[in-house]
Amino acid sequence: MKDFILPPMLDDRDMGTKAKAGKPVTLTIDGFEVTVTEGTSVMRAAAELGIRVPKLCATDSLEAFGSCRLCAVEIEGRRGTPASCTTPVTEGMVVSTQSDKVRRIRKGVMELYISDHPLDCLTCSANGDCELQDMAGAVGLRDVRYKAPEDGGFVNHFKARNSSGEANPEWLPKDDSNPYFTYDPSKCIVCNRCVRACEEVQGTFALTIEGRGFDSRVSVGAENFLASDCVSCGACVQACPTATLQEKSIIEMGTPDRSVVTTCAYCGVGCSFKAEMQGDELVRMVPYKHGKANRGHSCVKGRFAWGYANHRERILNPMIRDSIDEPWREVSWDEAIGFAASKMRGLQETYGRKSIGVITSSRCTNEETYLVQKLTRAVFGNNNTDTCARVCHSPTGYGLGQTFGTSAGTQDFDSVEHTDVVIVIGANPTDGHPVFASRLKKRLRAGAKLIVIDPRRIDLVKSAHVAAAHHLALRPGTNVAVVTALAHVIVTEGLIDEAFIRERCDWDEFRHFAEFVSDMRHSPELTALLTGVDPAEMRAAARLFATGGNGAIYYGLGVTEHSQGSTTVMAIANLAMLTGNIGRPGVGVNPLRGQNNVQGSCDMGSFPHELPGYRHVKDADVREMFEAVWGRPIDPEPGLRIPNMLDAAVDGTFKGLYCQGEDILQSDPDTKHVAAGLAAMECVIVHDLFLNETANYAHVFLPGSTFLEKDGTFTNAERRINRVRKVISPRNGYADWEVTQLLANAMGAGWSYTHPAQIMDEIAATTPSFSGVDYALLEEKGSVQWPCNEAHPEGTPLMHVDGFVRGKGRFIVTEYVATDEKTGPRFPLLLTTGRILSQYNVGAQTRRTANTIWHVADLLEIHPHDAENRGLKEGDWVRLASRAGETTLKAMVTDRVSPGVVYTTFHHPDTQANVITTDYSDWATNCPEYKVTAVQVSPSNGPTTWQEDYAAQAERSRRILPAAE
Amino acid sequence: MSPEKMVHMANQIATFFKTQPGDATEKVASHIADFWEPRMRDQLRDYVDRGGSGLDRVVVDATALIR
Repeated sequence: MKDFILPPMLDDRDMGTKAKAGKPVTLTIDGFEVTVTEGTSVMRAAAELGIRVPKLCATDSLEAFGSCRLCAVEIEGRRGTPASCTTPVTEGMVVSTQSDKVRRIRKGVMELYISDHPLDCLTCSANGDCELQDMAGAVGLRDVRYKAPEDGGFVNHFKARNSSGEANPEWLPKDDSNPYFTYDPSKCIVCNRCVRACEEVQGTFALTIEGRGFDSRVSVGAENFLASDCVSCGACVQACPTATLQEKSIIEMGTPDRSVVTTCAYCGVGCSFKAEMQGDELVRMVPYKHGKANRGHSCVKGRFAWGYANHRERILNPMIRDSIDEPWREVSWDEAIGFAASKMRGLQETYGRKSIGVITSSRCTNEETYLVQKLTRAVFGNNNTDTCARVCHSPTGYGLGQTFGTSAGTQDFDSVEHTDVVIVIGANPTDGHPVFASRLKKRLRAGAKLIVIDPRRIDLVKSAHVAAAHHLALRPGTNVAVVTALAHVIVTEGLIDEAFIRERCDWDEFRHFAEFVSDMRHSPELTALLTGVDPAEMRAAARLFATGGNGAIYYGLGVTEHSQGSTTVMAIANLAMLTGNIGRPGVGVNPLRGQNNVQGSCDMGSFPHELPGYRHVKDADVREMFEAVWGRPIDPEPGLRIPNMLDAAVDGTFKGLYCQGEDILQSDPDTKHVAAGLAAMECVIVHDLFLNETANYAHVFLPGSTFLEKDGTFTNAERRINRVRKVISPRNGYADWEVTQLLANAMGAGWSYTHPAQIMDEIAATTPSFSGVDYALLEEKGSVQWPCNEAHPEGTPLMHVDGFVRGKGRFIVTEYVATDEKTGPRFPLLLTTGRILSQYNVGAQTRRTANTIWHVADLLEIHPHDAENRGLKEGDWVRLASRAGETTLKAMVTDRVSPGVVYTTFHHPDTQANVITTDYSDWATNCPEYKVTAVQVSPSNGPTTWQEDYAAQAERSRRILPAAE
Repeated sequence: MSPEKMVHMANQIATFFKTQPGDATEKVASHIADFWEPRMRDQLRDYVDRGGSGLDRVVVDATALIR
C-alpha cells in the first residue's frame, strides 16, 4: 500500500491478526521486550513493536488461518518453525522473526507461489497495492526455478494458451459481472482470505474453495459473481492481497494517493470510511477499521454506490420559476436567493408569520440541520419545522421519552457482541442496516438465539448458518397485541426480574401494569385470533427472552409506522424493563434508525414542538436561553408537523416551504394529498442534488452538495457523532450550510458562520447533551456518543446504566387497538412496505448508480394462494389499489409473505407505492401508517392513467431553459 | 384539515389516554396543547362549538381545557 497522508491519530497498519482482550503477557521478540494481552498472536505482538513478519493468508480482520507458511518464526525451546499468526504469546517467550532458517523457508514458499502467478506486475491493477509483490520483495525473491516441463501439460493457472495455441484447461477468464469489482482467477493465490471474509465478516457464505491441491480455486457456486449469493459488501475485495478481487475504479484510475476518513451518507449505521483520492477525484471508498460503528465492514451502498455524486442528472446551478407550469430558468446564486427570500417574506406579509416553514434533512449534517431549524425559529419567527423522522421514528421519540425519559437508543453497536437473545421486530437488518446485520449474524453464529417478529419471512429467519429460534409471523397492525402478549407470559409465568424492577422502576406503575397485562385477554391463546401467531410459539419466545441471558431488542419502522406506533415502542420498553434488560452491554432497546442523520436531525431540534436537545418550546427558560444566543424571540407554540403543513396548505393557510434534502412527494404517504398540498403553496424551495419528485412542484431549486463536499457531523443510531470531512469542493459552489446561511441572511438574519465547527460550538453552548462536543474532541477520539458533557466527557456508550434518565423507569399500559384501516370485500389484502439492500429510501442516490442492476423496479410480493385466486403469475403486471389510490407494478409470487399479506418497496417514483398508502397515522406523533393498507390486487395491462399523468407532469415540470447569454 | 381526519386524530389520542390511569381529559388536553399547532387547536375548538359530531366525549371535555 502506498503511504497515504492520514490524520496523525490513525494507525492503519494491518496487524496480521485480531486484537484480543486478556491479561498482560510479556515476551521478547528480536531482542525487544513487549507486553500484549493474552491470546494475542506472535505476529501481532511483533507488529506492536513495529516488526512486520512476512505474511499472505493473515489479515487483522480475520481469524488466523495458518496456511501460507510465510510467517514462520523461531521460538526458543520450541521445535520447528511455528506460524506466528496461529501461535499465541506466552509469558517469557523469546521469538526470532529472522534467521537463516526462516529466510530459506519464506523464500521457498514465495518461489512456489510465484511459479503459478503471472509476472505482469507493471501493468497489473494491484501494482503498488499488492501484498504478493510486497512479500516477494520482503523475502528477497530473485529467481524462480520451477518451470513447466518441455513436453508436459500445463502446470499453471494464469496462461490462457500455450505457445502452440492450445487452450489451458486450468485457466479461467476474468469475471466482470459485478458492476463494481472483478474476479480474475489467474491472479489468485488461494490464500482463502476472500472466503473467510465472506463468512466471518459479512456472514453470507457466498464463496468457497472448490477442488483440492493444485485444483483449488475460489468459487461462487454459480455462473458468476452477479448470479451468486454475493451481496457486494466488498469484504472479499478488501481482504484480497492481490489483483484477484479488484475494484473496477482502481482498474480504471490506478492507486489513490491520499485518503480522508469520513462517514457514509446512507443508513443509520453510520459506517466510517476512508475516501481514497487522486487529487480531487474519488477513487474508492474503503471501510475504516477504526470506525466504531462498522469495525471495518461495509455494504454495497456505502462501499460502492457513490457514483451519484457525479451523475449527469445532478443539478449544479440554481433555478427559479414563477409557476410550476413553466420551465426552469437557470440563474445566479444571488438571483435565486433574492427571489426565494422576497417570496418568503412576501408570503409572511400577506398570509402571516406562520404561513411558511421548513423541512430539515436527515441526510444533511447536524450543523446544516441546526441552521435550517434556526432559520424557521429565529428568522421566520415560527416553529414550523419538521423532518423525515416524522414519517419514521417519531414514535420512538415519544415512546422511549415517556418510559425511559429520553428518546435515545440505549446501546452502542458493539453491545450485540454480548447479547444472548435478540428480538428483531419490524426491521429487516440484512437489507436496511446491512453492516449491523453482519455483526448480529456473527453473534448468532456464535450461539445467540434469535426471535423474529415480522409478517414477512425476512432473510434473518433463515439464511446461511443463521436461523431464528422463533418467527412470529404476525398479521400487520397487531404489534401491540403481540408484544403485550409476550409481557403477559413473562408476568404470569413469574419470569420477571423483580429485583431490577424494584430498584430501577416505579413500583406502583409496575403493579398497575402487571395487573393489566395479566388479564387473560392478553394471553397468546386469546390474542392468536387477532395476531395469527401460534400461542405455543409465542409462549416459547417469551420464555426464551426472559430466561435466555442478556436480551436485546432491535426494531425498525415495522414498529413505528402504525396507528399504534408509539404504543408498540412503549410495549417494547416495558418488555426490556420487565426482564431487567437495560443498562449493561448486550441488552437494551435499539431503534434501528433509517437515514444517516435521522438521529441527529431529531437531536438538532427539527421537530416543531422541540428546540435542540428535545426541549419543548413551551418551556420559557429554554426559550430565553436560545433567545439570548440567537437574539430573536421564539414562538412558544408548537409548529406544524409535515402532514399538518400539507393539510394547512390545502386549507390555504400554509404557503411557503423550504425543503432541504428530502423528497416528500415520493416518501410521504398518500401521494395525491402531498401533491395537492405542494400545488397549493406559492413558494416551494427544494434544496437537493437532483430534481426530485417534490421539485416537480417547486418554484426555487437550490443545488445541494454531497457528503463528500462538505465538513460536518452525522449522528448514527447509537447516538455516535461522527465527522464528515470534505474531500472535494462542492460541485455546486456551496456546502448546504452555506446555502441556508445565504437564504437566512437575505431575509435579514445577519449570520456569519465561516466553518461548521462554529455551528457545532453553538450547538454545544445551547444543548446540554452536546456540551462537551467540539471538533477538536472528535479529531482526538474519532467519534463520541451523546450525552457528552461534564458528567460524561468522553461520551456515553450505554444509557441508563445507574438509573433511568427520567429517574424511575415507567411502565405504561399498552392496550391493543385495532387500526381503522381494515380489510373488507373491496380491499381484502393487507399491504406492508419495506426496503431492499441495493436501494436506499426513495432511491434518489442509488437509482443513479450501478446498483440498479439488482433492483430495477419495485415488485409486489404476493403469496402463491393469493396469486392463484387472482390468476396471477410471476412477472405479471398487477393493479394494486387502496381507498387512497392505485398503481401498477409487476408481481413476485413468493411464500415469504403470508396469505392475505402483500409487500412492496418504495424505491422507484414510477411505481409510487405511496399513492396507495393512506393518511392514517400514529395516535401520538402523526407518523404515517405505512405498514398497513387494505388493498386489492388484480391483473393489469400496464401503468394506470394516474401513473401516466404523473410521469407526464414530472417530465413537463423538469424542463430547463438554456441559460440566458 | 378535513373534519373527518381531525376527528379521527383526536379520537385516537382519547382512545389511548382512556386506557391509562388518571384523568384522561386532562391528559388529552395536555397532549393536544403540546403537539397541535394553534390553528389545529382552533379548528378543533370551532368544531366542538358547532356540536363536535363524532368526537369522543373525552376530546370534547378536553377541548375546554386547551388554551
